[in-house]
Amino acid sequence: MSRLSPANEAIAKELLSHYPRAKSALIPMLHLAQEQDGYVANDAMEHIAELIGVTPAEVMGTCTFYEMFVLHPVGKYKIDICTNLSCQLLGAEELLHHAEEKLGIRAGGTTDDGLFTLEDVECIAACTEAPCLQVNYRYELRLEHSDFDKMVDDLRSGKRKDIPDHGTLAKVRQHITADREAGITPPETTGTPAWFTSRLPAEENA
Amino acid sequence: MSANGSHTNDYVEYAPGYVDNEGPKIVTSRFGYEDSHTLERSLSTGGYDGLKAALKKNPAEIAQEVKDAVLLGRGGAGFPAGIKWGFMPPVWPRYLVVNGDESEPGTYKDRLLMERDPHQLIEGCLIACYALGLNQCFLYVRGEMAQAQENIAQALNDAYAAGYCGKNILGTDVGIDVVLHWGAGAYIVGEETALIESLEGNRGMPRLKPPFFPAAKGVYMKPTIVNNVETLANLPWLMVNGADEYKKYGSEKSPGTRMLAISGHVKRPGVYEVEQGVVSFRDLFYGENYAQGIKDDNELKAFVPGGGSAPWFFGDQLDIKIEASEVGPAGSMLGSGAIMVMDETTDIVKAALRLVRFYARESCGKCTPCREGTSWEEKVLQRINDGLGRPEDIDLLIDIGKNISPGTYPVASFGDEELDAVPFPPKQTTICPLGPSSVAPITSAIRRFRGEFEAKIGASALPESRPGGETSIDALEVDA
Repeated sequence: MSRLSPANEAIAKELLSHYPRAKSALIPMLHLAQEQDGYVANDAMEHIAELIGVTPAEVMGTCTFYEMFVLHPVGKYKIDICTNLSCQLLGAEELLHHAEEKLGIRAGGTTDDGLFTLEDVECIAACTEAPCLQVNYRYELRLEHSDFDKMVDDLRSGKRKDIPDHGTLAKVRQHITADREAGITPPETTGTPAWFTSRLPAEENA
Repeated sequence: MSANGSHTNDYVEYAPGYVDNEGPKIVTSRFGYEDSHTLERSLSTGGYDGLKAALKKNPAEIAQEVKDAVLLGRGGAGFPAGIKWGFMPPVWPRYLVVNGDESEPGTYKDRLLMERDPHQLIEGCLIACYALGLNQCFLYVRGEMAQAQENIAQALNDAYAAGYCGKNILGTDVGIDVVLHWGAGAYIVGEETALIESLEGNRGMPRLKPPFFPAAKGVYMKPTIVNNVETLANLPWLMVNGADEYKKYGSEKSPGTRMLAISGHVKRPGVYEVEQGVVSFRDLFYGENYAQGIKDDNELKAFVPGGGSAPWFFGDQLDIKIEASEVGPAGSMLGSGAIMVMDETTDIVKAALRLVRFYARESCGKCTPCREGTSWEEKVLQRINDGLGRPEDIDLLIDIGKNISPGTYPVASFGDEELDAVPFPPKQTTICPLGPSSVAPITSAIRRFRGEFEAKIGASALPESRPGGETSIDALEVDA
């Protein structure tokens, strides 16, 4: 829907400064767009293309490869239930069925009120804590069906303040201040660091 | 309490999943602290001492120390880090990329290391950068791991401010930038050339090797080292204590410890730091300090020793010691340290289907044998599981597998039938090992449990069991 807001454009420019080449900032910038709108909007992709200096098609080409990016609005809370082997062995499929009944949607669908999207996902690296899920990429571990119900009810009633809306990942960003930066320069103009050359044994240094 | 009822509650509170087994702690020493991710806790428990020790030596000595310690890569392939570093030609700029895209089914260790002790990882990165003369390091964290991204971002901000990172590290002339980068949900990006493509802002498809060996032509076509999170997390300890001390742990061929995630049907699943080559799978599954037995005291049916891509092991392989040089010749791999245990109640066809489905979903689509083959494997397994299998389906599955991985696929020995093990790794008709990995669950399951496949097919081969009777068979033939 929308281009990046002025505040987000400033963040995007900071991201650009972290990389020797602009296009490396593409995926973090797509996450920024998704954080802003809850999904990656066409206008945002055009804006990103302008900032990086590539075509909008290139931005979309990268965007569509990655599963986390959605090109249309989804629920405020995206519930990803892992059904890979470790979780399957301990009841993930039953949990998914229960979730489908509780929410009244099939995996891949969104509830009519726009609150929940349910997904059946691959391993989310909490295998010893099966069955598990992520809500907007925050973990819920070792879930009984009743735990799932409580989680959904709490999200509905607004009790869960710890879960941000879909699209927000880390709430802290890396900032490299100019006085602390060692020097991020394009590969074409970056040579051997002086500190390395001066530390080489004398014979190699000749 | 959990859905499976048998979990005990003796986990380290602040690191869900991690179990302190009272063994040596090289990488998990801070996991017991609530504030293990902060700079204060890190500094009060020896954080950045390894970096200080390293900066007193010259870079070549450090690279030699890592080589002497035989620090094996902990990402999957198990290649010695010191030797990998040596492949870099004397060309600058050069880059370090940290592979934190942990997505192998069953693998759960890098996330803990990134969330619970980000400073240890940053310190490891800095030591590697110093040894190799690198200007810049990219810390690539899996997209789904929001907490890990947050903790690393905070840790980097603190480390920059306190002078451990960036310009003039610890008051010296050394300057190294460490940048947090994050992915967006693609398993294939764990493959190092795909990781590099992704870091360059492209679709994460692997590059052909040769010529694109990362050590020679990596990020921006410059020499690049890609190391796993756990590999680098070992460096601070190694710098403080030295290679000789490091080699006192573990076995001669595989020194040090490994983080192993034991999941599935065991009484105490968890992430354990274990000395390599000392403990056997039997100790791990039944030992009091480890998983404490199979769930509900059932019989073990099969287990995956090293992530979804590893051929399965069975009861015959329980006494193999946990180290790459033992597991490989026995027909599988230690891979990413992900051990998944299946007990006698497991439906083997369903388990194989679930793993194969993973590869079908995650295939990037670059190589035809993998793109087409993995989805056909999934379709054929799905119809067997749904009761619509055909008598020729077992041979068909093996045939599809041979198109992705020609020759005899690695497999464990099977005492009852006097079949020998075929050592790892498999051959491949694809650029990367994703496609061949999809063959592992099929080959393992069919070789050992062919009867279960035949039983499901047998029950469905009768025309009257088909929906709509005989006529629908013709319809199904046309469909497929």
